[in-house]
Amino acid sequence: MRLSFYQRHADKIRIFLFILIMFAITSPIILSYAWLILRSFSVDMNGFIPTKLTIKNWRFLWSEIKGYPNIWKTTFNTAFVAVMVMLLEMIMTSMGGYALSRFDFPGRTSMMKFILVLHAFPSVSLMVAIYYVLKYLNMLDNLWGIILLKAALETPWATWVMKGFYDGIPWEMEWAGLVDGYSRFQVWRKIILPLVKPGVAVTAVFAFLSGWSEFIFINTFIFSQEFWTLSKYVKATIGDFRFADYGLLSAVGVFYALPTIILFFFVSKYMIKLTIGGVKG
Amino acid sequence: MKGKGKAWIFLTPMVVLVVMFFAIPVILTIVLSFTNMDYTFKWNFIGLGNFKDIATDFVIPKVLLNTLIYTFTTLALFNVGCALLISLLTTSMPDRWGSFFRTLWMLPRLTPSVVYGILWLWIFDPTEHGLVNFIRAQMGMPPQDWLHQAPMVIIIVANGFIGASMGMLIFTAAIKAIPTDYYRAALIDGASWWMITRKITLPLIKWQLLFVTAYQTLSLLTSFEYILIITNGGPTFRTEVWALYTYHMAFSNYRFGYGAALSVILVILGTVFALLYLKMFKFEDLMQKPKVEVD
Repeated sequence: MRLSFYQRHADKIRIFLFILIMFAITSPIILSYAWLILRSFSVDMNGFIPTKLTIKNWRFLWSEIKGYPNIWKTTFNTAFVAVMVMLLEMIMTSMGGYALSRFDFPGRTSMMKFILVLHAFPSVSLMVAIYYVLKYLNMLDNLWGIILLKAALETPWATWVMKGFYDGIPWEMEWAGLVDGYSRFQVWRKIILPLVKPGVAVTAVFAFLSGWSEFIFINTFIFSQEFWTLSKYVKATIGDFRFADYGLLSAVGVFYALPTIILFFFVSKYMIKLTIGGVKG
Repeated sequence: MKGKGKAWIFLTPMVVLVVMFFAIPVILTIVLSFTNMDYTFKWNFIGLGNFKDIATDFVIPKVLLNTLIYTFTTLALFNVGCALLISLLTTSMPDRWGSFFRTLWMLPRLTPSVVYGILWLWIFDPTEHGLVNFIRAQMGMPPQDWLHQAPMVIIIVANGFIGASMGMLIFTAAIKAIPTDYYRAALIDGASWWMITRKITLPLIKWQLLFVTAYQTLSLLTSFEYILIITNGGPTFRTEVWALYTYHMAFSNYRFGYGAALSVILVILGTVFALLYLKMFKFEDLMQKPKVEVD
């Protein structure tokens, strides 16, 4: 029997077609990120072709833009928020997750249910009350307010995820430790914690990324320029330079997004584990 | 396990912080919704006054309509539709290509929101510097001011490109967990790709489809960050959704009591949708079954 060209190569043609469709629907992502990077190094662009290359767009790194705070001070603030949120979340989730996974204490089930209920309250619905709490604690216009707030809002869910990592460690490990005369705390710190390192690392990276990218809380609860983070800086450049200077805008954007894009390649494969872990509850 | 007191040593740091910045605000929001607190921070209880105001607020019908259009269009087209398309296509090609495309789709989710906003402001720039108008110019068409012509389309697309990635991850994992025997049997029977997708893949990932639909409805209902950055609700309330209206009332107009009341309604709205989904999809039956079949 003679097969037509299409029949003989049906599989290959289909795969080729699928790849084409995927390129088509992914094109806005590919094009816009390519544009962002190219634009930050060019004087002007004709479509996607830079007419002339320059580093003038990056001038904000060595000379201050009028009316804007120092970029390095702003970057430091951003890193400070990200690192502190990360540390707080690492400590709280690795301890909380262990307790939820291993201890049978009164109120354990209701606590886990409570975590799920809290997760249903979107942070936007709490912002008014949070504003009041921050004002009461004298933490408005204060980076520590943002740090504690972010850690508090993200910890319940992250603890739930960490609990999943602890659940995967066999009980025998702890018994062995207890028999050898370790206290509960020592068992956790010396035996179990090293075993859930991947979980702690993933929590840490996501906490860092979310602290680094935070925009809404900074935009709402921070007023002084000396406490600006990069998100506020970029938002201000959008307002001031959107029509005047796309070059500067894209350079600031690339500068801000750079650490997240570097970490992105590290975390993208863990993303699935977290979301699915969350689904399985 | 022994040592009930010790559990609390492990939990205290978390509990203190969560109570302070999460549990207390939940209660405070409800209490505040019965006051007309403004920038003077005076507690002045006005009963159901805020809720009466919401019922007569002339912007509310527009905001509610926007919220529903925005939530369900984004959900259908992107968070479920596009996500499903991506996972079906990328699991039917060599995995090298498949993970290449899925990685690209993860990029928007991890990009800081303000930077992501710049990308869409550029794509829909009113001059020929923008992507859409540049393409139009190549075909000899004049540039359009998209932010005024179709602001709702822009925020739906911008949010959709982020929202699609969550469904994509979940569907892909589910499709990959389907035993290959099913596909082999179907291929021997001569089933086409479309037949296999319709008769094997889709029925087997039904739970994930329902879960993503329900979960993403709630996320979209309360999402406003990208709208704030791209259109800020404008022009003239055309993209003002409920969550953003709440934010504007509280932090642009300093009507904290009114903002709190709007928040309470948003949470009630979310709960109603959640309960509807629970009933419609019979989630409780599905909970009992394993969600992803392994082996």
